[in-house]
Amino acid sequence: MIYAGCDVGSLTSKAVIMKHGRILGRAVIPSRARPQLSGQEVMDLALGEARLCRDRITACVGTGYGRDNLSFVQAAISEITCHARGGLWLLPTARTIIDVGGQDCKAFRIDDRGIPVKFLTNDKCASGTGRFLEVMAKLLGIGMADLGGLSDRSGSPITFASTCTVWVQADVIKHLNDGRTPEDIGAGINIAMANRVAMLASAVHPEPDICMTGGVAKNEGVVQALEKLLGARIKRVKKADPQLAGAIGAALLAAERDGSR
Amino acid sequence: MNTPVYCGCDVGSMTAKAVLMAEGKILGSAVIPAGTKAARAAADVVDKALEAARLRWEDIFFTVSTGYGRKRVGFAQGEESEIACHGRGAWWCLPNVRTVIDIGGQDSKAIRLDGEGRVVRYQYNDKCASGTGRFLEVMAQALGVALEDMGGMAALSTEQIKISNQCVIFAETEVVSLMNTGHAVADILNGLHHALATRVLAMAKAVGLEKEILFCGGVAKNGGVAQALAQAAGFSLVPYPLDPQINGALGAALLAEERARERLAS
Repeated sequence: MIYAGCDVGSLTSKAVIMKHGRILGRAVIPSRARPQLSGQEVMDLALGEARLCRDRITACVGTGYGRDNLSFVQAAISEITCHARGGLWLLPTARTIIDVGGQDCKAFRIDDRGIPVKFLTNDKCASGTGRFLEVMAKLLGIGMADLGGLSDRSGSPITFASTCTVWVQADVIKHLNDGRTPEDIGAGINIAMANRVAMLASAVHPEPDICMTGGVAKNEGVVQALEKLLGARIKRVKKADPQLAGAIGAALLAAERDGSR
Repeated sequence: MNTPVYCGCDVGSMTAKAVLMAEGKILGSAVIPAGTKAARAAADVVDKALEAARLRWEDIFFTVSTGYGRKRVGFAQGEESEIACHGRGAWWCLPNVRTVIDIGGQDSKAIRLDGEGRVVRYQYNDKCASGTGRFLEVMAQALGVALEDMGGMAALSTEQIKISNQCVIFAETEVVSLMNTGHAVADILNGLHHALATRVLAMAKAVGLEKEILFCGGVAKNGGVAQALAQAAGFSLVPYPLDPQINGALGAALLAEERARERLAS
């Protein structure tokens, strides 16, 4: 039995192909103009890695903001349900999940079955989402993947007084003109990002283990700053790319729904 | 000049403004870009106001500074909060004003006044760029429209568009996609003015809207925003009788006279 999960987000689309609780194929692509196109493309890539063709999939669940526009899924399930389930699979001891995606940030506590018990989200303000980091990386002329490493090499991180992406953007330009190093600016950006995420995360009263998912989980600068702010360790996810949490949860739920039929 | 001249100097984050007054009349005023040095901007803008009034520095009897850079105005004898200055300036312009809405380049304020022009309540936003002039600035750039043309162009709108994002960053993406899907610039602009008005009005409602409402700050020069605000509030706004950017500096000049009298009395 082959199960698939497809997570079509605002910035990236993710897909995983699973069999007996193991990942056979996975893919992450930038999202296209239409969810159906993104979903189809990312699924084909994941199937390619698994060396399988489309008709081998027993059941597929869609999630993410484009989930209602996918023709090939048997069910569309909310991001929270999928992220909770995927988070638990990535780290079975996880009771708090902080997911920072391209355009939103979610913090939730889950029980030992991966059911969300308390949940908060921010998708209204770009600050505290991947978009904040994207804007700043562009200003610094570096890739998103390189931003996290700057924290380690900074002697004195800059403190940004504002939270708003627009005001921080103006501050970054000012600091660049003042000749501050990209390391100090980048480290400051990661801390500012962590500050905003911590506000949301603290409000769900995080309990151990804390696990971080979503693309921003790969930014060590942000994760370490967040640990300091929360005064708690964040367990690193090694089982799979943390960006895949939603897609993994969707595939697990596809298997579960199929089994209970 | 024999009568004492009072000076109000409002050094904001985007522009510096100065107003010179004597015997309850405005003798001269000026507005300049603030640049990066507040002290320099303060001296320059007062210079320009003095020139307009045909006066010299020695003629100034007492100066009050306000605004974000108010602590850097070395020649000021006193400083006052922006809220106090805006309240006083509005009351001088329109004695039956009860609510002042000010939208500047990097902040917005709503102030409630009593019958004597005293500030009874206020709300202030400088944390989020949405709801400030910066919102329009970013959108003007995305649309390739000059800031000063926005109001006039929006008046040509024929179709109502609702901008669903509040955040400047997210709304910018929304605007670009609206353009790509073939929406008219005039309609998008109109939608943006309504979005800004809704945002500011939510803040203003917290102080309790009461007539008369005076609208000032740089954004008040945009007739589209004024109209959208009036529509959202459900009643008309009084247009600012002077340059809407000088209200804070005007209030500072009025308070300069008051402070000077207090000092002379003590």
